Amino acid sequence: MDNDLSPQDKKDLDKFIKFFALKTVQVIVQARLGEKICSSSSSSPTGSDWFNLAIKDIPEVTHEAKKALAGQLPGIGRSMCVEISLKTSEGDSMELETWCLEMNEKCDKDIKVSYTVYNRLSLLLKSLLAITRVTPAYKLSRKQGHDYVILYRIYFGEVQLAGLGEGFQTVRVGLVGTPTGTITLSCAYRTNLAFMSTRQFERTGPIMGIIIDHFVERPFPNTGHMHACDYRATGEEDGVGYPGVEDSQEVCTTSFSTSPPTQLCSSRLSYQPPMPGAADLCYPAALNSTNPHQMVLPGKEGGVPLMPPQPCHGTQAEHGRVSSCPPADPGHHLSGSPSTGGEAKTACRPEALETTFTRKVGAFVNKPSTQVRVHPPESPTTASPLHGSLHSQDSVDSAGQTQDDFVMVDFKPAFSKDDLLPMDLGTFYREFQNPPQLSSLSIDVSAQSMAEDLDSLPEKLAIYEKNIDEFDAFVDTLQ
Amino acid sequence: MNCRSEVLEVSVEGRQVDEAMLALLHTILLHRSTGKFHYKKEGTYSIGTVGTQDIDCDFIDFTFVRVSSEELDRAIRKAVGEFKEALSNSGSDGMGQISLEFYQKKKSRWPFSDECIPWEVWSIKVNVVNLANEQERQICREKVGEKLGEKVINIVEVISRHEYLPKMPTQSEVDNVFDTSLKDVQPYLYKITYQITDSLGTSVSTTMRRLIKDTLAL
Repeated sequence: MDNDLSPQDKKDLDKFIKFFALKTVQVIVQARLGEKICSSSSSSPTGSDWFNLAIKDIPEVTHEAKKALAGQLPGIGRSMCVEISLKTSEGDSMELETWCLEMNEKCDKDIKVSYTVYNRLSLLLKSLLAITRVTPAYKLSRKQGHDYVILYRIYFGEVQLAGLGEGFQTVRVGLVGTPTGTITLSCAYRTNLAFMSTRQFERTGPIMGIIIDHFVERPFPNTGHMHACDYRATGEEDGVGYPGVEDSQEVCTTSFSTSPPTQLCSSRLSYQPPMPGAADLCYPAALNSTNPHQMVLPGKEGGVPLMPPQPCHGTQAEHGRVSSCPPADPGHHLSGSPSTGGEAKTACRPEALETTFTRKVGAFVNKPSTQVRVHPPESPTTASPLHGSLHSQDSVDSAGQTQDDFVMVDFKPAFSKDDLLPMDLGTFYREFQNPPQLSSLSIDVSAQSMAEDLDSLPEKLAIYEKNIDEFDAFVDTLQ
Repeated sequence: MNCRSEVLEVSVEGRQVDEAMLALLHTILLHRSTGKFHYKKEGTYSIGTVGTQDIDCDFIDFTFVRVSSEELDRAIRKAVGEFKEALSNSGSDGMGQISLEFYQKKKSRWPFSDECIPWEVWSIKVNVVNLANEQERQICREKVGEKLGEKVINIVEVISRHEYLPKMPTQSEVDNVFDTSLKDVQPYLYKITYQITDSLGTSVSTTMRRLIKDTLAL
C-alpha cells in the first residue's frame, strides 16, 4: 500500500522507475548496436546522468520506449519488455532474446527510496551492462552487417516468450525491493538456433542485395514495429522524424567479414555471405541443441512470471518459417573434441542455379577452421562438382555425397599423428581389421604341438635329472 | 559482522590468465565503485558519474565491461601481472589464487595501527592448462569465453542479493570506506593478494603477499 509512503517519496520512486526503465532500454539496445560502447567518467556530477552512470541517450530509442510505455510505469502485471531479434537480408527473422523489466508484489516498506533504492537501481544497471555482453546475442550483434541485422522491439504489458523456441534459458540480472513492489530484471534467451529459410525449396533465381523492409504484423497486442539496432535509421517505418543524433558514437559496421569459416564446436550461430549468385536457400539443419549453452542460472527465484513456451508451430506458421530439420549426422557435432573437425561439402546441381549457402557454425568469424555445409534433402547429389573449386578454400577433405540427409564426413580422429605411421587411424583400422589368426591358436596346429610335446617329454625329463644339482643350487640362491 | 566470501574457479591457458583475471576483477569492481563524492554543507554530498567501456579480449572470445578509469585499470593490471609472473615462476603445475578483498578501516588509538576489517572477499582460483595444438587453443578460446560468462552471471547474482555494504560515510570517515585516491572514480577500499599452490595443493613458502593499497602504514 502507498499509505506508508510519503508523497515526496512516491513521486521520487515513480521518477526513478521511469528513468530506470528508459535507461534499461538504452543499455540493452546500445549493447546490440554491434560495437564497443565507451563513456567517460566524470568526477563532477553533471546533474543529467541518472543513477550516476554515464549512459548516453539515443533519441529514437528513448522515443520508442516512451511510446511503448505510453505514460504508464512498469508495475505489477505491467512489464516492459525489449525483444531482440535477428533479421536476414532475405527477410527471415528469429527472436533471440527478451529482456523483461517486471514488478512483483513483494514490498520492502522500510527501504529508503531516495537513497537505497536509487543506489540499488544504479547497481542493477551496472549488472545489466555486464550481462548484456554475456548472452549469445551479443556476439551475433557484433557481427551484424550486410547479411543480417539485429532489431529491437519494445512492448509493454504481458511478457511474450513464445518466439524464443524450445528450451530457452533465463538469466536474472537482479532485483531491487521498493515500498510498492520488487523490481526484477531478467533476460530469456534462445538456445535453439536452428534456422530454416522458408524459401529453401524454391528454384527461383538468386535474390541479391535486397533488404526486405517488410515487418510482419504481429497478432499480439501492444505490438510495435521492429527497429534496427542502428541509430542511423531515419524512422521510415513509422514516418516519425527524430531529432538528429548528437552524440559522437561510431556508426554501426556495415562491412561483413569474409574470413575463413569457423569450426563446428559450439552452438553459436553466425552467418557468412552467400556465394556469389547464391539464393537464400539451403539453410543448414538444426544444430545439436542438447545443452548447447552452458549459461544456466541454477534456479529462478523471485517472481519472474514467464509464459509457458508455446508450441513452435504457431509462431513459425505466422512467420512462414519451416520447423527445424532433423539434426544431421551426429558426427558433425563434435563439440568438445579438441582436434576433430568434420566437414561436409555439398554439391549443387549447377543446372538448377542453386548454390550452397555457407553457414558458419561456431561463434568466431575470424578464426580459421573447418566448415559445415548441409544440403537440403531434396537435392540429390553424387560426387560434388564443386569439390574441386571449393577444395582450395578448405583444409579438410570431403567424402562423396549420398542422397539422404546424412553426409559422409572424413573423420579426423583426435590425437592422430602422422609421424609414427604414415596413415591415419581410420586407414590403420581398416587395414588391420582382419588380421590372420595366431598360429598357436588354431586347432590343428595346437593338436600337433601337443603330440610333439608329449613325445619329447621323456627326453626332457632325462636331461633335467642329469642337471639336478644345478637346479638345486639355483633354488638355494633364491632363498 | 561476518565477511562474505565468494570463490570463482577458472581453467585457462597460460596466455589467457591476464585477460581472464582482468575480466572478473573489473566486473566486480564495476559493481563496487561509485562516482567521486563531493561533500557539501549540512552533511549532504553529490556523486560523480561513472563511465564504462567495453574491452574485447585478444586470447579469449569474450568482452567485458569495466569502469572508465585508467588509474584503476593500471592498478589492476599491475596486480594481475604480478600474479601471472608468480604463476609462471612457480613451475609447471600452474595453480594459484588471486583474491580481491573489500575492507573498512577502523581507526584505533595510538600505538595501535588501524584495523582493516574485510566485508567481502572474492577469490579466483586459477588452473593453468597447457594445450598441444592450435585446434585445442581455438576451442579453449571459446570454452573459456563461455566459462567467464558464467562467472559474470555468478558475480551479478551475488551482488543482487544486496547483502552488507558499508554505510555511506560522513566526510571525515570517507577514507575509511572508500579509496579516494583516484581522480575519476571511487571504489570501495580494496586490496588484491595472491598465492601460488604447489603440486601438493598446499600453500608453500612461495606465498607472497602484495598489498596494492597499503593500509597498515603508521
